[in-house]
Amino acid sequence: MTYKGIDSKKVRADFPILSREVNGQPLVYFDNAATSQTPQQVIDIIVDYYSRYNANIHRGVHRLSQEATDAYEIARQTIQTHFNAAKAHEIILTSGTTHAINIVASGYAALLKEGDELVVSAMEHHSNIVPWQMLCEKTGAQLKVIPMTQLGTLDMDAYYALLNKNTKLVFVNHVSNALGTVNPIEEIITKAHAVGAKVLVDGAQAAPHIKADVQALDIDFYVTSAHKLCGPTGVGMLYGKQDLLNALPPYQGGGEMIAEVTFAKTTYADLPHKFEAGTPNIAGGIAFGAALDYMNEIGFEAIAAFENELLVYATNELEQVEGVQIYGQAPEKTAVLSFNVKGIHPYDLGSILDQMGIAVRTGHHCAQPIMDFYQIPGTVRASFSFYNTKEEIDRMLVALKRAISMLQ
Amino acid sequence: MTIQEIQDEIVEEFNLFEDWMQRYEYMIELGKSLPLIAPEFKTDDNIIKGCQSKVWVHAELKDNQLLFSADSDAIITKGIIAILIRAFSNQHPKDILDADTNFIDQIGLKEHLSPTRANGLVSMIKQIKLYAIAFQTQLN
Repeated sequence: MTYKGIDSKKVRADFPILSREVNGQPLVYFDNAATSQTPQQVIDIIVDYYSRYNANIHRGVHRLSQEATDAYEIARQTIQTHFNAAKAHEIILTSGTTHAINIVASGYAALLKEGDELVVSAMEHHSNIVPWQMLCEKTGAQLKVIPMTQLGTLDMDAYYALLNKNTKLVFVNHVSNALGTVNPIEEIITKAHAVGAKVLVDGAQAAPHIKADVQALDIDFYVTSAHKLCGPTGVGMLYGKQDLLNALPPYQGGGEMIAEVTFAKTTYADLPHKFEAGTPNIAGGIAFGAALDYMNEIGFEAIAAFENELLVYATNELEQVEGVQIYGQAPEKTAVLSFNVKGIHPYDLGSILDQMGIAVRTGHHCAQPIMDFYQIPGTVRASFSFYNTKEEIDRMLVALKRAISMLQ
Repeated sequence: MTIQEIQDEIVEEFNLFEDWMQRYEYMIELGKSLPLIAPEFKTDDNIIKGCQSKVWVHAELKDNQLLFSADSDAIITKGIIAILIRAFSNQHPKDILDADTNFIDQIGLKEHLSPTRANGLVSMIKQIKLYAIAFQTQLN
């Protein structure tokens, strides 16, 4: 049956892992914000690569190398088209979001001076905080923080007040991993550009749910990971406007990233190779493209509508459970439900849910500032994907009630 | 009793449980009932920070035996701590150093010691051993 444009039965059949058991019970996988599962179509692409045309890219004149290079570059174009980048070489393939952020943060060390200011949001993942702190230590630039509200939204007036002519960079996630809040990046970007600052958007949590058009939104840098998007781990991307990428020095030296090497001087290759030193995750890059094809085939509008339905259903049901406190109640959210039960540690809840085959994340979700804001040690986080169902949410609620009765 | 004898006893007890529910209920019971650490030792110095739950460990030497007390903010972690204390407290530092911790696997709680849980328990066992080394050096 198709519901909100998604045929659950058909979609679930694409994911072999969904039919496995955990602790003797059918798996309910609600840790999609940490990593998404991989459909057979993408697994097949990886197997096909290693079975048929595994070769190093961009240098061999032999047939296998050409085939691998072609497939890798087609994947880059798929990614370019998906995010509507103006040029394929504005897509840098990285090992993931963290790597992508570090390329930019490390590059800006050469461009910043003391007195410059960077603006970060209070609801970032540690990977979008720590590289910038390191950058500040290197350059003497100052880090300013956009505060958040109890609802889990950004205090936009405070943001406007932080911006001034010294602001060089703003970095903010499109969607918060711990709360699911969709941040108003369009407005953030417009205001930043008005003072001449550039914006890096961390799309790791948004990309599985929202198709970002980097040109329409006028995004300067956009980063994400394939493994959140039904792709494999160990591959991700940095989108940057051509001029901005050209202005950054290379991140790593090595093969692939050079034009000419002598002991007197080395000249660097053009984009994207300047930032792609060494042999990349070739199978991963190709599979990244295949994963986007898979998701586009289903359609991002259908995915977003279906997941929102799951979120609304789960939120309403969870609110009925006594003692439950939900964190992150922004008007616009992706399908992330972060919560605690009064008097119970999230680790205890997570451990017992696991015994009943329910995979949720517990802890601070690598976003300690958010936990400090709410003064909690962590939360239980259930995050839904288009291959989840309402029946699975019902199973989680039954398991949760059982866990609460055991722990209270 | 030696550490090995206590561990065998714990394994035997856990073998009586029919399913995970009973195992967990027992651990929750242990976690709830035991006053594990004196408040003055629940300090930042004694804290082992895990990603998931906090663990406090304190040790002192009395009549050549190491006495452990510990606590956690998560009840299941606390239950496992109670089991660890039963196995390792009131023992000679050398015996603690020589002891293995395989019994945790045997009682079906291995997942709590997996580094992926990062719940402070792995660090707690390490800390128990480190205390044993430190006090053993003192005794020598």
